[in-house]
Amino acid sequence: MKRFLHFLIIYAVWLLLTWSVQWQELLVGVLVALFAELLLGDIFPVEGVKIFHPRRFFWLFVYFWVFIWAMIRANFDVAYRVLNIYLPIKPGIVKVRTKLTSDMGRTFLANSITLTPGTMTVDMIGDHLYIHWINVQSPDIQKDTEIIVRHFERILERIFE
Amino acid sequence: MSETIGYILLTVGIAFDVLGCIGLVRLPDVYNRLQAGTKCVTLGTAAILLSVLFFTGFNAISVKALLCIWFILITSPTAAHAISRAAHRSGIRLWKGSVLDRYAEDREGAEDKQ
Repeated sequence: MKRFLHFLIIYAVWLLLTWSVQWQELLVGVLVALFAELLLGDIFPVEGVKIFHPRRFFWLFVYFWVFIWAMIRANFDVAYRVLNIYLPIKPGIVKVRTKLTSDMGRTFLANSITLTPGTMTVDMIGDHLYIHWINVQSPDIQKDTEIIVRHFERILERIFE
Repeated sequence: MSETIGYILLTVGIAFDVLGCIGLVRLPDVYNRLQAGTKCVTLGTAAILLSVLFFTGFNAISVKALLCIWFILITSPTAAHAISRAAHRSGIRLWKGSVLDRYAEDREGAEDKQ
């Protein structure tokens, strides 16, 4: 069942990429999707199946807009720092803690943190994320977690846990 | 109408790409440069690809462009993470004005165990 779902996802990507309904394209797509699934099916995250649920889709939609907004703010933040003649940066690597347990949720969290204002994920060890912050506000783990992680985690919890 | 939106998106995308490049030159060390590079270039390139949708309408070309946006959103932060982690592990220090480095603190002891 899980493998069939993977196959469908890969095949859908193939259809979008070729964007044609000629039978040669469709046939080659089936072969390619089967091959890709047999080759890489094991490393495909298990939670990928769990996400097909209306409520999770709703939160994914909400998350999408939160993420876009954060990304736009991040760009103006970088623009401000880069164009300012005094280069107002105070960089450092801080440590934060995440409550998420699923691989997929953590991947989303780490990638989102990289694309949001002033922060970039350097590494993850256990439950702790190491984050390079361009403007460190406090060295305290709890406070940093509140500022950086919390607003994404609230939504990601509902999607992936 | 849709062409106007396309031109606006194109301009915004190029502007952010330029800002990312200025960031690469001005900021001091590899980690700060990655910050500017990743954020600005991701949104800038996504905006340029999105403008393709408004120029050509919904067809084979724009669907590929939209898929490319998705791939960039996934791969660009992952690449930044891989580069910064590799840089830190190969011993590149943070800029001298940095205020703290928890990663180095936590890895001092871990070095012996590996």
